[in-house]
Amino acid sequence: MIELQDVVVAYGDRVILDHVDLTIEDGETLVVLGGSGAGKSTILRLIIGLQRPNSGRILVDGVDVVGLSEDEFNKVREKMGMVFQYSALFDSMTVAENVAFGLRQHTELTNTQIKEIVQEKLDLVELPNTGDYMPNELSGGMKKRISLARAIALNPRIILYDEPTSGLDPITSGTISKLIRSMQKHLHCTSIVVTHDMQSAFYVANRIALLDKGKFIEVSSPTEFRKSKNKLVQQFIHGGDIMEDAGEGEKTDEV
Amino acid sequence: MQWLEALGREVIRWLARCGEAVILIGQTIKQLSKANWRHVIFQMAHLGVDSLPIISLTLLFAGAVMTLQIADILIRYGAQGTVGGIMAIAMGRELGPVLVGVVLSGRVGAAITAEIGTMKVTEQIDALKVMAVNPIGYLVVPRVIACMIMVPILAFYGVIIGIGGGYVVATLFKGMAGMTYTDSIQLFAVTSDLTYGLIKASVFGAVIALVGSYKGMYTKMGAEAVGNATTSSVVTSIILVFVLNYFLSMALF
Repeated sequence: MIELQDVVVAYGDRVILDHVDLTIEDGETLVVLGGSGAGKSTILRLIIGLQRPNSGRILVDGVDVVGLSEDEFNKVREKMGMVFQYSALFDSMTVAENVAFGLRQHTELTNTQIKEIVQEKLDLVELPNTGDYMPNELSGGMKKRISLARAIALNPRIILYDEPTSGLDPITSGTISKLIRSMQKHLHCTSIVVTHDMQSAFYVANRIALLDKGKFIEVSSPTEFRKSKNKLVQQFIHGGDIMEDAGEGEKTDEV
Repeated sequence: MQWLEALGREVIRWLARCGEAVILIGQTIKQLSKANWRHVIFQMAHLGVDSLPIISLTLLFAGAVMTLQIADILIRYGAQGTVGGIMAIAMGRELGPVLVGVVLSGRVGAAITAEIGTMKVTEQIDALKVMAVNPIGYLVVPRVIACMIMVPILAFYGVIIGIGGGYVVATLFKGMAGMTYTDSIQLFAVTSDLTYGLIKASVFGAVIALVGSYKGMYTKMGAEAVGNATTSSVVTSIILVFVLNYFLSMALF
């Protein structure tokens, strides 16, 4: 279980997270929504220790990770995997070396065993024959999938997805969303997905949380989220003013 | 009072940079024992061996031009028997280590900053941290060790090439006998002229790798920032090589 208790993050006078509380249960997939710059990615960075909060507690399986040293945090990180917004693949390594990286660093497995695991993970993300490619030879969607394969190489219990479908066409986005669901099914892991993609959010989420002005204004199941009376929630679901304008446009066309 | 505020901000920024540099050096020392020697050897080849052509050219012509300048005067005063010795001492103590340090500040320092800086802006450093790998242990330590080993080796090679360049000019263009040049080296130069020079080169190696890594690790986001960090890395390394060279020479010789 991951718990954020009274977490504050601020850069000078600019408050990003304002006394935020959030609990993510084991095995659930929580989708975090919010406008650009709302602090969604900050939540992931806090949980995995890339950033420390100004105040508050962050508990991962009951352990407060805020005060941990980097070495101590590394033990917590071994339970986690992260898919980065821009994939963050090591560009000097092949795809197979990228996926094998964590295994080589943290296990005593033989080369043959590592190769088997790499192949298994590449199969899982449906890119079985890409091991010898360099990252710059892959499309954006393929990079995200390889990033996911690398994140799950050590069978983490928690997977963090930072905008996994951003910049991708709808079909590739759909493939990534299916993969996120598939990870839940195969690895039974806890997932936190930061996204703008509502279709993907409703498809993968057990719960959806909407972040605005440093606070969560709605945390509920997808069904309840759809029914929410909150104006901002409805704007997020229906695309804000653009959809209203589109509606107006249609009426004008009819005339 | 605005100038006072600006001055205060600059001082705080400068102190913060010093703090970051000290933290990087401290963490590098802490991680030295966990060095991955496979990475060190790769970096030695990548940063060191690939620098041989530029070192050869630079030191060859530096040795040649120095002999060109000093030989005339020394021959005029009948002191041609000191040309080789002067060349060996100057090359071994100062010119070899310093020129190699300056050349590698440009070639190796820039390469380290550009590589680590690009990794920073493309979140690859974050990816290392997320995978519970210490970026300093993984990226900085192998480069520091590789430079501390390779820069003295390249300086040794550069000293030989530089003295060789001097030999060619002295014998071909200044009419000196080869034996006069080589005997002079044996007469005047001592082993410590070379060994202390190599110690200095090792320090320069550490400085080049640490400055390069620091500038890369703390680069701001964006391609332009990586370019600026690379320029700053080269300039800082060259300045530090010259300043440290003076103090090391004072302490060693």
